[in-house]
Order: sequence, then C-alpha cells, then structure tokens
Amino acid sequence: MPYEAWKDNEYIESLVKELQENGTNVIVGSFDKLINWGRSNSIWPLTFATSCCGIEFVSLGAARYDMARFGWEVARSSPRQADFMMVAGTIVHRMAPVMRRLYDQLAEPKYVIACGGCAISGGPFRKSYHVVKGIDEIVPVDVYLPGCPPRPEAMIYSIMQLSRKMKVEKFFGGVNRQEKIKDFLAAHPEESYD
Amino acid sequence: MANIQEKIAKLCQEATFEEGQDLLVCVPDSKWHALAKSLKEELHFDFLVTIVGMDWTDKLGCIYYLKSTADNAMISVKVTTEDRENPMIHSVHDVWAIATTFEREVYDFFGIIFVNNPDMRRMFLSIDWKGYPLRKDYDDSPEINPVPKENERQEDTTVSYVETEDGKIEKKTINVFEPNDFVVNIGPQHPATHGVLRFRTAVDGETIKKIDFYSGYIHRGIEKICEGLTYPQTLHFMDRMDYFSGHHYHHAMCMVYEKALGIEISRRAQVIRVLMDELARIASHCLFLGTYCMDLGATTMLFYTLRVREQILDIMEKTCGARMTFNYGCIGGVMQDLHEDFVSDVKELLAVLPKNIKEYNELFIGNVIAKGRLENVGTLTREDAISYAVTGPSGRASGWACDVRKTNPYSIYGELDFEEVVYTEGDSMARTKLRIAEMEQSARIIEQLIDNIPEGEYCVKVPKVVKLPAGRWFQMVEGCRGAFGVYVESTGGTSPLRLKLVPPCLPLANVVDHLTRGTKIADLITIGGSLDYIVPDIDR
Amino acid sequence: MYEITFATITNWIDTFLGKYMPEWLVTTVECLLIGVGLLLVYALLALFYIYFERKVCAAFQCRLGPNRVGPWGLLQSFADMFKMLIKELITLKHIDRFLFALAPYLVIIASMLSFACLPWANGLQIIDFNIGIFFLIAVSSIGVLGILLAGWSSNNKFTLIGALRSGAQMVSYELSIGLSVLTMVAFAGTMSITGIVEEQKDLWFIFSGHVPAIIAFVIYLVAGTAETNRGPFDLPEAESELTAGYHTEYSGIHFGFFYLAEYLNLFIVSGVATLLFFGGWMPLHIPGWEGFNAVMDYIPSVVWFIGKAIALSFIIIWFKWTFPRLRIDQLLKLEWKYLLPINLVNLVLMVIIIVFNLHF
Repeated sequence: MPYEAWKDNEYIESLVKELQENGTNVIVGSFDKLINWGRSNSIWPLTFATSCCGIEFVSLGAARYDMARFGWEVARSSPRQADFMMVAGTIVHRMAPVMRRLYDQLAEPKYVIACGGCAISGGPFRKSYHVVKGIDEIVPVDVYLPGCPPRPEAMIYSIMQLSRKMKVEKFFGGVNRQEKIKDFLAAHPEESYD
Repeated sequence: MANIQEKIAKLCQEATFEEGQDLLVCVPDSKWHALAKSLKEELHFDFLVTIVGMDWTDKLGCIYYLKSTADNAMISVKVTTEDRENPMIHSVHDVWAIATTFEREVYDFFGIIFVNNPDMRRMFLSIDWKGYPLRKDYDDSPEINPVPKENERQEDTTVSYVETEDGKIEKKTINVFEPNDFVVNIGPQHPATHGVLRFRTAVDGETIKKIDFYSGYIHRGIEKICEGLTYPQTLHFMDRMDYFSGHHYHHAMCMVYEKALGIEISRRAQVIRVLMDELARIASHCLFLGTYCMDLGATTMLFYTLRVREQILDIMEKTCGARMTFNYGCIGGVMQDLHEDFVSDVKELLAVLPKNIKEYNELFIGNVIAKGRLENVGTLTREDAISYAVTGPSGRASGWACDVRKTNPYSIYGELDFEEVVYTEGDSMARTKLRIAEMEQSARIIEQLIDNIPEGEYCVKVPKVVKLPAGRWFQMVEGCRGAFGVYVESTGGTSPLRLKLVPPCLPLANVVDHLTRGTKIADLITIGGSLDYIVPDIDR
Repeated sequence: MYEITFATITNWIDTFLGKYMPEWLVTTVECLLIGVGLLLVYALLALFYIYFERKVCAAFQCRLGPNRVGPWGLLQSFADMFKMLIKELITLKHIDRFLFALAPYLVIIASMLSFACLPWANGLQIIDFNIGIFFLIAVSSIGVLGILLAGWSSNNKFTLIGALRSGAQMVSYELSIGLSVLTMVAFAGTMSITGIVEEQKDLWFIFSGHVPAIIAFVIYLVAGTAETNRGPFDLPEAESELTAGYHTEYSGIHFGFFYLAEYLNLFIVSGVATLLFFGGWMPLHIPGWEGFNAVMDYIPSVVWFIGKAIALSFIIIWFKWTFPRLRIDQLLKLEWKYLLPINLVNLVLMVIIIVFNLHF
C-alpha cells in the first residue's frame, strides 16, 4: 500500500520522531531494522474467537481473502507461540480473567487487536450486566478495529497497521518489556499459580 | 385441544386452564411432578421444548412448553410460587432428561430452586455472582458484580436439594468427579470447542469417563437487555446469537410480533424470507462441513466449502448490505427489496451447487479414514434424542422427524414440495450426511421459488410505535441447527415483559456428556463437531 | 562413469590446509567446516521446506500462499526465523527446568545426526561406515526421547497426553520402518549407505526389486509419515484436540527447534526413501539404453538426490492436506494388525526372490 493511502500517518510519524529524539546507536539501529523487518513480516495470530467476528476471521484465512499472502496464516493454538491476539468477539465477565491469562501467556513482544464493536466498547451489548465495556479495561490494545463484525478487508488493514507499528518500534529497550515481567511477577506471587 | 383439556382435567383436578395461542394449564407445584409423568406417559408429550422462567413481580414461576411427537400438539403448563426469598418448584428431570439443564438455567436467572434436581449450580454466571439477573428487582450496578480480575473460583462439588420421605427439603453436596479422576480441562479457549465452551473431562488414559460442561463465557444477557428495548429494537440481536441462522431467527421473531399485532404480511415478503432462510441454511451447512473436517484434520475441505459460502454471502450482501449481521427481517416484511441481480446470482449458485456437493462426498464422506472416524461414533437413539430435546439435523439423524417446517408449517412452507431427510443410524456419519442432503433439499425449495417471486410490497405498513396487546405468544422455526423458539409476554407496553429465546444449541451441547462416555478423546471432537453447536447461541 | 565427484574438491581443500597446518589442526578445521556447512544447509533446507509446504498447501486449497515478503514470498520463512529468534523464552514455574530445556536440543540433534548420514551426492556424505543404515535408524529414534521429555517436563496435561501418544506412535512405527529397511538391506546385501547406492547403479531398487520392493516402499512411506508426526498421523500435536500437543508450552527459538526439526524430518524420511528405493544420488539408469544413461549422468548427482527427496516429500505433504486424522486406536491397529504382519511376510517374500534370483 502506498504511504499516502494510510489514514494515520501523523501518529506513525510522531512515533518515529519520538524514537529519533531518544537517539540510537548505529549498530543497534541497523540490527533493529533487520529484526523489525522480520517481526513485522511474520505476525502469527492466536486462534482466539468468542463470537461472530471469529467467523469473519475464518473467512480471512479462506481462499478469497487469503491472509497467507502476508504470512499470517500460521495461526497458533498455543499462546506461547503466537505474536498477537485478535480479540474477535464479545468479552464477558466470566471470560475476562481467561482472556487476561491468555494475554499473560503470550510471549513478548506481544500485541492485541480489539476486533469489532464488542471488544472496543461492548458494542450492542453495552447495556448488559455481564459484558465488559471494552477490553482495554483488561489488556493494553494496540489496534482498534471497528465493525460488527468488521469485514475481512478491514481485518487485513488492521493487521497491516500493526505491522507498521512494529516496523517503527525500537526492539532493543523498547518493546522488549522484561521490566514489566518483573512487575508482573511481583504482583502475582507464586501461590496464585497453583 | 378441548379433548386434551378434558383429559388433563381428569388427570389433575386442581388444574385450571387459560385459553391463548396454546392451551395453558396452571397446576400447583405439589401436583406438578405427578402430572408431568402422566402427561408424558399417557398423553405422549415427550418433548420438553423449553422452560420459561418468569417473574411477575408478585410471584415467580415457570412455563413449560411441551410437544407431542405423535401428533405435534403443543401445550404449556404454568407452575408458580409466591415465595421470593426461597422459591422452590419440584423438578421434572426424571421425566425429561433435558429438564436438568433447563431447570439449572432457570435457577441461574431467577433463583428458583428445583427440588430433587441433581445439579443446582449456577450455569451461565460464575459461582460468586450476586443476585439473579432476570428478576425484576435485580440491581445491575457494576459495583455489586465488578469485572473479575482474578481467576474464577472453582468447585468440584455440586448442590442438590432433595425432598425426604417426610416432606422436608435437605441440601446435599455431591462430588462431580470421582476422587482419583484425571481431569483435563478442555476450553474455554480451545480450537475444538467452536468458541468458548468449556468441558472438564475426566479421562482414563485416552478414554473419557465423564464430561462436566460449563458455559457462560459468552453470556451477553440478551434476554435482559431486550426487556428494556422497544420491539423493533430487539430484532437485531437475532443476528448475533447463532450468526448463521440470523435470517431464521429474525423470521421467528417477526412472526411472533406479527401474530401478536395481527398483521398479515404480503406474499412477496414471505417468499423473500423463505428464500433467505434456505440460502442461509446452505451457507451454514457448508461452514459446518468445512469446520468439522478441519477439526478432524482434513483442513483442505474448509476452503472448498467456504467457496460456496462466499458465493452465498455475496448474494446476501447485495440485498441486505452485510456479510453476516443482516438485520433483514422487520415487523411487516423485510427491510429492503431484493437486489436486481438476485435471481441471476441465485441461479448461478444453483448451477454450481450439485458439482460442489459431489466433490464433498468424494473428498470426505467417501474417505476411508473419515468413515473409520465417524461411523458408529456417538450413536444417539431416537428416544434419547427426544428426551434430550436434540432437534434439527442431529435429531433427524437419529430417526426423529422433528423438522418444524413439516410438523408445524409456518410461512409458505406448507405449500412447498421438499422432503424431510431422516436417517436412523444416529451416529456422527449420519449427522454429517444428513446436512449434505439438507443442502440439496434447500436448493430444491429455492428452485421452486426463484422463478415465482410474486410482485407486491416487500413490507406492509405497521404503526410507528409498536405496542403488543397484553398476552403471551410462542413461535418456533427451523433454524440451521434445530428448532428455535421465541416466547414473548407483553403487558401492553412498548417493550416486552419477558422475551425468552429458546436456542437449539443448548440441548446439543448438553447431550455431549451422554454421547461421549466411554469413547476416546478424539471422539469428543468428532461428536461435538457433528452436533454443530454455536456457543453464543447457547449462552445468549 | 561419474567423472565429477566431490572428492576432487574435498581433496583440494585437504591438501591446501595440509600445506600450512599440522595434521591435527587440519582435522579440527575440517570438522569445524563440515559442522558449519551442515548447520547452514540444515537451516536453509528447513526454511525452504517451510516455504514449500506453505505454497503446496495453498495450491491444494485454491489460495496463493505467501507472496508479499520478498519475490514470490521467498523471504517469508526468513522473516519467521528472525522473529522466532527474538521471541521471549518463557520459563515456567513447577517444571523440570533442565529436562524442559534439554528436550528441544535432543530433538534437533537427532534430526541433525540422521541428516548427516544422507548420501547427498557422489562422494558427498558426512557419516559413512559399514553399518550406516543401522546408525541412521538408531539416531533417528533419539527424537522420540526429546518429545517424551518435552511432554513430561512441561507439567501440562495436554503436553503429557501428546507425548504419550507420540511415544506409542513412534515406537510402533519404528518397527515398520526397521522391517522395510531390513527388506531392502537384504536385497542390497550391504548395510553401508554408499554400498546401497552403488548397488543401484544399473537400476533403482524400486524397479529391480519386484513386488516386495514396492510393498516395502508403500509401508515405508506410511510409517515414515507417522514417524514425522505429520497428517494423517499428526496425533501428538493434533491441533483441534491438544492445542499444540507436546510443544504447547514452548516459545521462541525452543519452539523453533521443534518446528525446524519437524520439517527437516520430512526431508530425512524422504531422503532415506530415496536412498533405499530410488537410488540415492544415482541418476536414472536403464540397462541397455546407453545413450539415455549418458544423458542422465550430465545432471549433477546432488540435483538428483534433492529432486527425488522433494518429490517424495510432495507426496507426504499431499497426504497431509487430503486426509482426516486417525484416532489413536485406529493408528495402533493399522500398525500392529496390518503393517507389521504384511511386513514380515514381505521380508520372507524378498528372501525367496533373492534366493531364487527372480529379480532383474
């Protein structure tokens, strides 16, 4: 896709500017480029779907939309091996801890796409007593993808956006969130695993 | 109907009757269990369609919808209790097997305890949920039930309230699994459960001993939300339950409202609705076949079946404007007129369909490994199918002719020429083959109609503000996965007092435990897949 | 007959090094060179296979497959590898850390050792001695140990079931592989890998061995597919049953090792089939057609070997994308009730053919 065709260039540019201001080492910088090339071109999804959006995700994998063209078809069932989680469908109270756990199980660097109205805000079910009003209450979200359900084309666009984000991120020190893991372990002492 | 009324009056003197769409029998709780037994055994009401939990503010209660498989007669029974603190009704789980689950659902939403039911746990909501959401006095402020941050509390025991000889009610605790069982947790995030269903599976090596099924991981409380919406607003939720049967569910809902309002819709609208229903049925069965084969490891099938589905979605998109959530039916007809390409597109589809079906048969049904995996796996007998209320293709594969289009014809189905496919084997293979055969029958219906779409208005005039008269209505249609029902009770206002949706997938998921005992873990996938439940439909 | 051999190149390197270094250093340097070369070829081939499978599978499914990263998507698996290298290695609590970390290395070492046995081209073979085929079978079965360890040490019920399935499956099918290899060894009269290839210089065994060779080939192909845990025998990692089977808990490059080894095992199985039935690196020779044979000799032997192996892998990939998965009891029934007895009878049949000299 040509650069002008994107709708959010301002955001990406501000991200790049911020990174450049921090300054970077030449060697580390070129390493970063190579790694980011790999990361942004190999985005494996976690097979995770709760409702309608999941079916459009199946269509995305099928012959007409064929996400394999971009190398996204290696959908892993185990969160340890996936790169991003497309939260396709409504998240309800009972599912919320499960989803949080899945997010924690993803290996760093990890990303989340909130797919569809329900995941963004609760969608048509916002009034319900049992629906989470937006998954950003539970996990950090990288890309919001509106629609009910979003068309497969929109899903392709959203993953391409994610890929753009990966490309301009700094791998060394940036996305590699080891510090956060330490925080997480401090917050979840050992007994909670049993 | 009068005949049945006399018979019931003879069986139970205390019964009073209310006339309505169906006969409504009111019985006191103390006589209910005995009446239920004789209703099933003497009058052959062997199919428990649903249990509608009700809260009339002054009293709580249940309306049982019963259907006879012999003559398709339908009655409803009302049992009430005035105790709001500790409401109790006697269980009928020993009469109809499905009642165990239906009663659990009512308990979850209304807090009505069913005496003698062996499993009185919460079903859709978590163990620590406070309050019963479908009661009118439920407080839904988020402070009482916040979004949980920690993992859900898990208990290996269930509760049962047993009536002793002298009429006292005792609370008993029952272990779900045996002490030394190796319990594998399958789901809620698992590729084989088709969504977020959870099976706690006790296994012995690779052999399954027992399955305890948990749902509610996508329970969105549609029934409760609908109580606060106007009637036309409630329609759009129908696309988001069983997202493949959106058209059918809309059809059911529209019919029930039209019946209540006394609106006669044009023939054109009826034909369009039937056409859309059958197209959706083909698309749904295609996706079933694809995902089922993928579960069994034959991934390639998915791509061949989705090809046809995409073609149907194109047709739908041109007319309805969406790929999945169509919101096409409305009170009085349909939203828009058919697209000008509709007829030619459908004819194109009909031309390629037989070729595709032949390919599916060759690639999968005829495959020796598929035969070994499917034949004689998960055999469901006709009696069990009725008792567990397994309708739709899964019920028909067991020899139970339960197609609502034939048993209680609605819309224009009565005048159409098509067969109700019924197999008697009852195994996974029969369920799979039956769906393929149904695709052919749906194509046959479309063929009959596609050249005879009558002229006329696609939507008749309805009042701007829809107000249903006071009363109750029930309507069933044949969805892609079984009989779907809508129950509406109105007090005369613009929004329903109670809107109960009867999903076909809840009994389907419920029967998995019965079918998988003694089979291998891999058979769980075969059986679960062949039943083809949609989880958001179970949970609503 | 085969003028260009790799011995020319290797001899030149040896003499070149010998001029400047003492003998022990020469050996060390050569070993290192071979090791690096082996690793490089291993990695490149695995990456190629990942791409190849994705493309073939896409073709079966009326799709395009990877085509955005690099020309025709050729760089797709490189991108995947870079990504996998930098992914976080998750260490779990309540696991046997040593065994958990050891398992992927065991798997990859097993596949690398058997990789080294393959007859790449005329004179290009790393491990070659008189019981070479024996060694090959021995090292290839170390892999199952890695899988069992991975499943057990992860402390997860899915991985445990996956590992136990895998153990039962691989141990059973090892028998079939062993017996069909034995059939061919009896026919060749030698266990040395170069010896077996040399024996086929007039005609490949699949043609000269009559019916028993064909039976042995079919059984080998079935058992080989089972050995590599590929569909329709992919029970240990049956995605729809056990999420990701024995490697559910592995992340980053540890998972990458399993992933690479899986694809490379596919190559090894087809390579061994090539060696036993299709003449290894030997060009297609038909007795009597001297002109034809001479033309065939012009194609380099390494192309013959890799070409044949890829063609066989294509068949195995074809299986995977066509058939549904078997159930564990059906899988074991197939081995113990059908393949094993047929194999034993086949061995006897082969011996009869050899004794009465009925082969070509």
